[in-house]
Amino acid sequence: MTSRTGRADGQFLNPFPFPLRAVMDASTQQRIETLIASSPVVVFMKGNKLMPQCGFSNNVVQILNALGVPFETFDVLSDPEIRQGIKEFSDWPTIPQVYVRGEFMGGSDILIEMYNSGELREKLEVALAS
Amino acid sequence: MVQPDAVQDAIRRALPDAAVEVEDLTGGGDHLQVRVVSSAFAGLSRVKQHQLVYGALRQELASEAIHALAVSTATP
Repeated sequence: MTSRTGRADGQFLNPFPFPLRAVMDASTQQRIETLIASSPVVVFMKGNKLMPQCGFSNNVVQILNALGVPFETFDVLSDPEIRQGIKEFSDWPTIPQVYVRGEFMGGSDILIEMYNSGELREKLEVALAS
Repeated sequence: MVQPDAVQDAIRRALPDAAVEVEDLTGGGDHLQVRVVSSAFAGLSRVKQHQLVYGALRQELASEAIHALAVSTATP
């Protein structure tokens, strides 16, 4: 198949005026929504609670452990569709991603800031009390 | 792999008044830390502030030229 753009290097030039995005299919979106609703605190991460596979993901696990809150994790390394889908869903390009009562909190950097400021403990107390 | 200069330029294009510091965490050019100070962050949640920075580096993140990016934001 010849390159649509006719470029010798085969580069695809985006003919649209907006960035191309992969469109997440409905079932992946549904699965993400279900996961987010499955527990008050949900972490999309690399690896799992017992064996984080990345330093940033580990930061989040350690912080939540330190606060003694129950949380569920989903290993994005086990599921390429969720791994890509959650980035579109949250409009956030990196993993880990933390959801509290369905609200996106951010990743490792934000959790660390919020932990240090005491905001995270407060937020979680409210979330777990309801 | 991205050069720190290119990262700075990309962020300044999106946030013209920004003071930007870029650090290469591993020397490999793909694990970076950025500190961005900009008045554009005023009144925004941390998530939205970081989203502005990520937006400036959308291509590099999508292509995994930047594999990991630590972000710290502040207003002047």
